[in-house]
Amino acid sequence: MQKNEEKSEEAYSYGIYILVWLALISLTGLTAVIAGINFGKLSIAVALVIATIKSYLVLTEFMHLKSEGREFKVFIFVALIFLCISFTLLFTDYSFFVR
Amino acid sequence: MNNIEHAESQALHRDDVRSRMGMWLFLFSELLLFGGLFLMYSVYRFIHQKDFSIASKEMNTFLGTLNTIILLTSSLTMALSITAIKRGMKRLSISLQLITILFGLAFLVNKFVEWSAEFHKGNFPDSSVMLSKPPGQILYFGLYYSMVGLHGLHVIAGMSIICFMIYFTIKGHINENNYVKLEAAGLYWHLVDIIWIFLFPLFYLIT
Repeated sequence: MQKNEEKSEEAYSYGIYILVWLALISLTGLTAVIAGINFGKLSIAVALVIATIKSYLVLTEFMHLKSEGREFKVFIFVALIFLCISFTLLFTDYSFFVR
Repeated sequence: MNNIEHAESQALHRDDVRSRMGMWLFLFSELLLFGGLFLMYSVYRFIHQKDFSIASKEMNTFLGTLNTIILLTSSLTMALSITAIKRGMKRLSISLQLITILFGLAFLVNKFVEWSAEFHKGNFPDSSVMLSKPPGQILYFGLYYSMVGLHGLHVIAGMSIICFMIYFTIKGHINENNYVKLEAAGLYWHLVDIIWIFLFPLFYLIT
């Protein structure tokens, strides 16, 4: 336990946080610039991919997931999988929706 | 067991990992709450693609981007405040928590400016301007006000929680040996940040 604490102390220094923050701000800039370019149907996909990368950074670094135990990662994975299942099931229905 | 022993055993019996796990379980319920709204959004956007695109043109992208930067920076100061308390720097930690609240306040002020402008244009639920719009655009604004509004309430809740954390830090309940409360508050604040990370492109950046 003690060792674990020391490890996380090293992992979450001020410098790392500032680097992560810089990455997040750059990605925000990127997503705003890309929105100006018309990729057609791909635009939403690009925006969501960038949002996912940003969330990943916040989860692993700011929310300390990278130093948490395995059960945390399993729990979060399961929660996200269920959200994905909801979306998939809903769209297996709605993609046949007649407009 | 006498009283002193009892108090000591209580002080010793602390499980920070399980406390954080409890906080994560609560965050999953938040995920369900917003997940449902995102599901609704995705279906309506799928059905009314053009209307959503037209309606989103009325959004102020500059203020949206600014608010994203504000919230990301507030997450940074929150994370830094935990590192500061871990290193025993009480004053720095309190200042960083205070800055986090100020960023939250700036976010809300921006939201107020944005919503006032929309209301001024007549873009509010049930107005004559709104009712003259096609159904897809009405849905867009309905979702915009409910999702961004609910997120705004979460920002207010987060700010109040951090106020308590500042009080606990000043009183010394949160210190370099016991900072799990501050970690839990941080987790909540970062979740609010993540929700905004998705709300921003979905409402402001529709091409």
